[in-house]
Amino acid sequence: MTATTLPAAPSGVDIKARPAVARRAPRGENRAGWLFATPFLALYIAFLIGPVLIGLVISLFNTTTVKAGVGDWVGLSNYADVLSNGDFWASMWHSVLFTLLTTPLLVLLPLMFAIFASRISRNQWFFRLAFFAPYVVPSAAVCLIFAFMYTPETGLITNAFSWVGLSAPNFFGTTSGAWFAVVLLTVWWTFGFNFILYTAAIQEISEEVYEAALIDGASPWQQIRMITIPLLRPTMGLVLILQVLSSLKVFDQIYILLAGGPAYSTRPVIQYIFDTGFSAYRGGYAAAATMVYFVVLVVISAGWFLARRRSPANA
Amino acid sequence: MPEFSRRQFLTAGAGVTLAVAMSGCASPIVTSFTGGQPKTADVIYWHLFGGGDGANMATMVKQFQESSGESVESTLLSWGNPFYTKLSLAASSGRPPDVTISHLSRLPLLAQAGLLEPIGDQFSAEGVTKAKFTPAAWDKATVDGTTYAVPLDTHPFVLFYNIALAEKAGLLDPTGENLKPMKNADDFVAALQAMKDANGLDYAAVASITADPSTCWRFFLMIYSGVAGPIVTDLGTKVTIDRSAMEETFAFMRSLTQEKALLPGNATATTSSTLFSQGRVGFLFDGVWQIPTYRGIEGLDFNVVPFPALLGPDPVAYADSHSLVVPRSSGRSAARTQNSVRFVKGLLDQSSIWADGGHVPAWLPVQKSKEFLELKPQSNYTEAAFNAVYDPVAWYTGAGSDFQTAMGSVIASVLTGGTDPTSGVDAMTTSLEAFSTARPPV
Repeated sequence: MTATTLPAAPSGVDIKARPAVARRAPRGENRAGWLFATPFLALYIAFLIGPVLIGLVISLFNTTTVKAGVGDWVGLSNYADVLSNGDFWASMWHSVLFTLLTTPLLVLLPLMFAIFASRISRNQWFFRLAFFAPYVVPSAAVCLIFAFMYTPETGLITNAFSWVGLSAPNFFGTTSGAWFAVVLLTVWWTFGFNFILYTAAIQEISEEVYEAALIDGASPWQQIRMITIPLLRPTMGLVLILQVLSSLKVFDQIYILLAGGPAYSTRPVIQYIFDTGFSAYRGGYAAAATMVYFVVLVVISAGWFLARRRSPANA
Repeated sequence: MPEFSRRQFLTAGAGVTLAVAMSGCASPIVTSFTGGQPKTADVIYWHLFGGGDGANMATMVKQFQESSGESVESTLLSWGNPFYTKLSLAASSGRPPDVTISHLSRLPLLAQAGLLEPIGDQFSAEGVTKAKFTPAAWDKATVDGTTYAVPLDTHPFVLFYNIALAEKAGLLDPTGENLKPMKNADDFVAALQAMKDANGLDYAAVASITADPSTCWRFFLMIYSGVAGPIVTDLGTKVTIDRSAMEETFAFMRSLTQEKALLPGNATATTSSTLFSQGRVGFLFDGVWQIPTYRGIEGLDFNVVPFPALLGPDPVAYADSHSLVVPRSSGRSAARTQNSVRFVKGLLDQSSIWADGGHVPAWLPVQKSKEFLELKPQSNYTEAAFNAVYDPVAWYTGAGSDFQTAMGSVIASVLTGGTDPTSGVDAMTTSLEAFSTARPPV
């Protein structure tokens, strides 16, 4: 059942005949490469490329989730509706605002803690585990636990404010309180991923560099400032772009904790797409909104890619 | 010990998997690939009832199974939008349940999309006919002349009162089982004022206004419908707001929370239940489904009655209904449909159990039965089921919809004093324009 024919060993003739393309893998190896990639490619086409193409098509039709088929041709009018819809742009802004609120925290705090953790000589595993553990908890569980803690009157976080003589913000009833709630939750929850990226990068830095610095009389703080941070710059670039992209995709926390409330004032664009496409049954319109959002994400990624290419320090 | 080669092991594994998958063509694994609802029971039933309603529904299903011998697979899904999303996707992709629940306010879209079987001859053969239902509910179950749903109940927005406080304020009629009759808004305001003054309360009444747009909407539509027709017509594509009626409604509602300070303008669902159960207000404006919440509270003796006529000449009740529907499925056999019809009839016959949750049974044989007439306070507000006004007919309206959230947010800002009645009408109009001009999915 498994087609495990090994590729034939490349013949010497082949290699001799093409000296110019010596760096390219021999044809047989190439074929094996495609063969190994097939399971991934099949899934990638079926669940990513395919749906994107279908989405592109139905964004031109009045497709609905209450009827089979694509519905009536409406041309670009779904796009016109999306681009002129205030709710869509408001939700786009909420996704951007969430990114602006969380990205600096999630790029800098893990860096700080990863450096501190790497400086601890004993039981480092404990700190690594402690910081990474929240990341593996499913979003629904995290949100339910935080919802308990944010509950007015009885919640732990609400009460914690009063211990230090402050009054807790209204986490579910006001827009600012809701943003505070969701940002705090997100930082605690997703902190670990960036922390691990930084930790891995720190381990890559050769011990000898530190040793040399030590011999030259550099203090630990100087070592961090002059060695660790400069050598971590490429990783910081990576973490930054990964964080921006994942923050722009926010959905779970806001949907489960706040349902986009109060009065849709925190609803991110993905929830807008979900609401119009599934709750309001307007599949074609939601597909058009998705495409607009997709273009924005592609532009951001491409911009980052170009910026990185231009500056050799980050290459 | 015999040794398997890896290849033998994989082949055997695949063979076993395939055999399991293919065994019995009705297995859920196969039907998930071929389409169609797996036939794991005589009737597949989906509903959205948690809590007390869920327990009552479970009892009804169990009793039906025992008395009829039919098997029913009952699945509880999450209330509101997620339920309707799942239902419409299941129905449009051809693998719906045999029987499910729909709010009547949510029915127009499902019916227009052709996802439901009409309630036809097979039902009338079992005695399920128009004459045996509350007329307002049956009418709402009828879309473009065809009936698509069997109403199970009516659950109106009603007036709860604290009996001890009402007595002290001299509001009870001689029998002591109801309030003195009120004819209009003036009588109603006078009663609230008396409740507040006689008992020295901060507020006479409470309604959950903050972060509860649906309650705001119910409160508003009840009053507005006394003086004007639906706010949208032509299946939701035409805005037909009566500006002066709406301004009058807003001004009246605002006077209760602001000028007269009879209701707190800032009250969440928790605030309302706390204030009413502790006797800190004499009235509560809420849906009948809240009755079980207050039933067990010690020291709270309350009654529930319909709202009197307010701005208009006749009393109006905002209401919605749960109904039983049979989603369209090409693969359903006649025998299976027959099972479904019997199941629906079986649930109707047990709707006195359902009434325990505060609902008025829509099935007249139960509604007029001695058992229900003796059930208090449920039988007090049967009249409200007959005066019921539902959400306007449109693809975007209905229980838990974005429409209710949008409308309710405007109403809440009027009630809290943030918006004056005239701007409230403008905000409502703007919001409705967005809904009515969006391209309908049907």
